[in-house]
Parts: sequence; structure tokens; C-alpha cells
Amino acid sequence: MKAGLRQSMAWLHTWSGLLLGWLLLAMFVTGTSAYFREEISLWMAPELHHSQPSPDTPALAWAALNAKAPDAKSWDIQLPEARSPVAQLRWQPDTPQAEEGGRRRGEQAVMDAGTGELLSPRASRGGDFLYRFHFELYGVPRIWARWLICVATMFMLVAIVSGVITHKKIFKDFFTFRPGKGQRSWLDSHNATAVLALPFHFMITYSGLLIFMVMLMPWGMNAAYEDGWRGFFQDVFPREEPAAEGGAAMPMVDIAPLVARARETFDQPVRRISVDWPNRDNAVIRVSTAKDPHITDQRRGGNPTLVFNGGTGELLETRPGDEAVPGAFRVYNLLVNLHLARFADPTVRWLFFLFGVGGTAMVATGMLLWVSKRTQQLRGKAPGAALRLVNGLNIASLTGLLGALAAYFAANRLLPVELAARESWEIRVFFLTWLLALGHALLRPGRRGWIEQLAAITVLWAALPLLNVATTDSHLFSATAWRTGALAGFDVVCLLMAATGGYALWRVVRKQPVRGRGPLPQRRTVEDGA
Amino acid sequence: MSKHSLQRLTASPAVGVASRTLAAVFGGYALAACATTALALWLPAAPATAVITANLLSFLIYTVAVLWAFATRSAARAWVGILMPALVLAALAWLGGPEALL
Repeated sequence: MKAGLRQSMAWLHTWSGLLLGWLLLAMFVTGTSAYFREEISLWMAPELHHSQPSPDTPALAWAALNAKAPDAKSWDIQLPEARSPVAQLRWQPDTPQAEEGGRRRGEQAVMDAGTGELLSPRASRGGDFLYRFHFELYGVPRIWARWLICVATMFMLVAIVSGVITHKKIFKDFFTFRPGKGQRSWLDSHNATAVLALPFHFMITYSGLLIFMVMLMPWGMNAAYEDGWRGFFQDVFPREEPAAEGGAAMPMVDIAPLVARARETFDQPVRRISVDWPNRDNAVIRVSTAKDPHITDQRRGGNPTLVFNGGTGELLETRPGDEAVPGAFRVYNLLVNLHLARFADPTVRWLFFLFGVGGTAMVATGMLLWVSKRTQQLRGKAPGAALRLVNGLNIASLTGLLGALAAYFAANRLLPVELAARESWEIRVFFLTWLLALGHALLRPGRRGWIEQLAAITVLWAALPLLNVATTDSHLFSATAWRTGALAGFDVVCLLMAATGGYALWRVVRKQPVRGRGPLPQRRTVEDGA
Repeated sequence: MSKHSLQRLTASPAVGVASRTLAAVFGGYALAACATTALALWLPAAPATAVITANLLSFLIYTVAVLWAFATRSAARAWVGILMPALVLAALAWLGGPEALL
């Protein structure tokens, strides 16, 4: 039965992989970009690039909010950190309309951390668009998109496990690479990228399902709690409700001494300041610092915090932020934090990015293998409609998407800053480019299609750093870009993308098209199942 | 439909694959849902811990059910192997955990 099991698993691997492979590819590409979501958003807002953090940032933010919204219901200040050089100010107006529809929509502003000036960046969804696309697509009702994404994720999980079972000599094959041999080379690179980052692939897939467990598998919490997932979350993350009413007007103390005290208490830089009922006699100020993150930490909250009386500056409470987490939650937190790379320092973030690239390559090589195997079986005959379709969709979902991504970034630099609904136009450019690539790929689903699209993306990605030189003063040849590593890093990645595209183009052009080859050399029994 | 043609139909590979797929997708989900509910109610731990443990295991159970549906000898075995444990777990969930019985 052993061969039989591997055979049935190979069948399952092939078809579960192919059916949702294109969607998985798009999820992998956009999801990988999400590891640098904040850096992408920053790159796409050149108006923020000159902000430089200073010791006075908290006091400047305090003054800005006192001027902008002195009698708001609440304030929230995110101070600059390594990934973002600006201060984010949010406030909740004290008006009944703010609560309309049960959804609390506050207002926000971005502040130059060095000067205290409020900045107005160009309208752009930045990295958030790509991040959101990887789990809820775009323009589709959110709930449907999320279910579709989760079905694809489940297929991926099945493809991973069945792929491992199919793969008898998993470690031996990892060291096998036979370049320039068509189908065999695609199989080897599929194996290598899959095995190399197998723990990552498994983690990212499984934790992806766990993140949506309330939607996918609510039956346990519905049975165990009377009010279902709400009860569950109230149990796990008890929320403190702020006082319902603001008191009489009363000015607040200076923020700088409170920030200094929090920094001394926890020996960590202050990251966040939030205030309930600012400038009232019941104002409460919470000053939170960063901490050495534990990978099993809760997703929300839990940072060391000092709580002060806003009017007197009296310390009300010290929260060290080291609550014990029960075992099962540590496993859950571990998986979810790994998925979101919440704990990651820059090195680990880059490593995760590379794993994401590896995952993209794994899905892509798997799909190319499917086509390659069936093309060789034709022995030179013209491919049928199904094979042409799969090949065309492969081209559009790989080079087409990468081209659309480059076009999205280019649109950010080229669209007029004052254009109405500008952020939607950036997204339209993304989808129009992708659609154009799809049309092109379906018309030329073969070698020519690959060559033309590879050439196009090489040019597009190489153009981005140049475009940056022409349209901003934070390009690769400026001190600003190198002071904020994210900006220089973005342009360098663009150049690497162009180099990769150029290399792939060179390989495809150099290779002669397959014409009626003899039977494959029988180096081993076929067990790849593609 | 005569008995003979019915036998031929069930022996056809396409019907077998379709039946296994249904068993995997819907049977597997039913099994995972029953298992999650039963575990959330019966695991000897605080409710939140029991729920999260059950949810951690649920997608593993689903995956194993899908693999089983395609690995086993026949589509009939696939259905039995998924629905039997699902029924047992559904019965446990219906009983409602240790507290409900006391």
C-alpha cells in the first residue's frame, strides 16, 4: 500500500496545488511585501521623509493635540521609532456622531517629529493596500474574500502535507539540483524551495488559518461561552472601559516629565501615549514603553505602562507588562506572532522576507512544473487549450503581478499630488496593469509571452529608483534615503528585482524552444506526481 | 436505475474522486467542527484554554481528514472513516461537557 499512498498523495498535491495556485501566488507576493508594510507606506509618502525624531517629540505632539483637539474624548500618540520617523496623532472627538453606527471613527494627523509641524502626505494606501489584498483582496465583499483566501490556505496546507508524504527522499533530494534540464530542473527547484523553508511554509499556512479561527471554526467558542466569540475575547482580553463622561475643564500637566519617568522606570524608550478625557478633571494619561518582545506575547497590549492622573501628574498605577500566559495561548501567540513577524528585528524581518520570496518561488516553480511536464509529454505537438490557458495564467500571475506592483509604485510618484481620489487611482493603475498583462499572456501563452513580460518588468523595476531621482529628494543619491534605511532599502530592492527579471530574461532567451525531444532519461522512477 | 449500472457508476473513477472530494471538504469540516466543539467542552482546563487548544487542533484534524479521504482504498471507506468519529464527537458535544452531566 505504500506506493499506493504516495501515488494518491501525489495526485492530491498536484490538483490541490494547481486549483488555487494562482491565488496563492498573489497571496504570497503581496503577503511577503507586507513584512515591509510600514517601510512601503513611508516610501509612498515622500512628504514625510525629512522628519527626524528628537527628544522634544512628545512635548511637540502634546502641544499639537492641545491646539488641534483640546476637548476631544481621547488622544493617542504613536512616537517615532526605527521603522517610522514621524509621530502619528489620533483623537476621538467628543461628539455623538463619532459613535454613529457603532463604529468609532476618530481623526488623525501625521506630525514632523523634529519640528512639530503637521504634515499632509499625498493620498495613498501605501503598503496597507498590499497587506489587505493578501487576506481580503480588493473590491470584493470582505467576508467572501476572506473565505476564499482561507479555502486557498486550506488547499495549501493539504498540498504541503501531501507533498511531504509524496516526497520519499526529502533530504536527499534537497541537495539534488539538475540545472538546464527542463522539467527535472523545475522539480528540483520546487523541492529545494519547498524543503528549505518547510517550517516557514507550514507556520505561515497554519497560523493564517488560526488568525481567522473566529470566522472559520467558531463552534468551540460558541459552545463554551454563552455569547460566543464575544464572551471568549472578553475572557481573554478584558477591556477597561474609560469613564463615560468627561469632567469639568482642567488643564493637564506637561508630558515631558511623565515620559522621562516611564523611560527610567522600564529602561526602554517610550512608544505610545494615550489619554482619556484630555484637559478634564478626570483625565487619565497612559505612557507605554517598548519592551524586549517575547515571541509568545499576547497580540494586543501588554507593553510596560505607567498610568497617571492627567491634572496632577500623580502616578496611579504601574503595569510591568509581564502577565503570565497559559500554555495553549503561548502556542497560539507563537504562531500568530510568527505570521505577523511582530517581534522581528531588522535581520529577522529580512529573513522572513526571504522566506516569503522562497514561498513565492515554491508556488511558482510548482505551477511551471505542471506546464513543463505536460509540454514534454506532447513530444513537440501543439499544446491544447487547457495547457495554453494554464501557461497564460502562470505568466499573468507571476510576471504580470510583479509588473503591476512596479506600476503601483510608479503611479505613486507620477500621479499629480492634488488628483481627486488619488489613492484609488494608484490602485486602479495596479489592476489595469495586471489586467493588461493577463490579456497579453492569454494571447501569447508561451515562450514569447514570458520573454516580453520579463523584459517589461525588468524595465519597470529598474525605472523606479530613477523615477525617484527625478521626482523626490530622498533618492539613492541623497543623505535622506540613507539616514532612514527603509527608503534606501526600497530602491535597492527595486534594483534587485530588475536584476532578477533581467537574469530570468537572459535564461529564457538563451534557451532554445523545446521541439520533439526524445524520451526522458530514466534516472529514477517518476514519483514527483506532477 | 438497475443495480448493475449503479455498480458501474460507483466504480467509475470520476464518481469516486467526486465522492472523496465531498467527503474531504464537507465531511472533513464537519469532523473538525464536531471535534473542536467536543474538545472545547470536555478538555479539563479553563474555558478559554480549552477553546484555544481545540481551535489549535481543529485545522490539523481537518487536514488529516482530507488526506484520509484520498489515501484510503475506496470512497465508501473515506466517508465511514470521517463520519463515524464525527458522530461520536457530535454526541459528546451534545452531552455538553463534564459540568452539564453533574
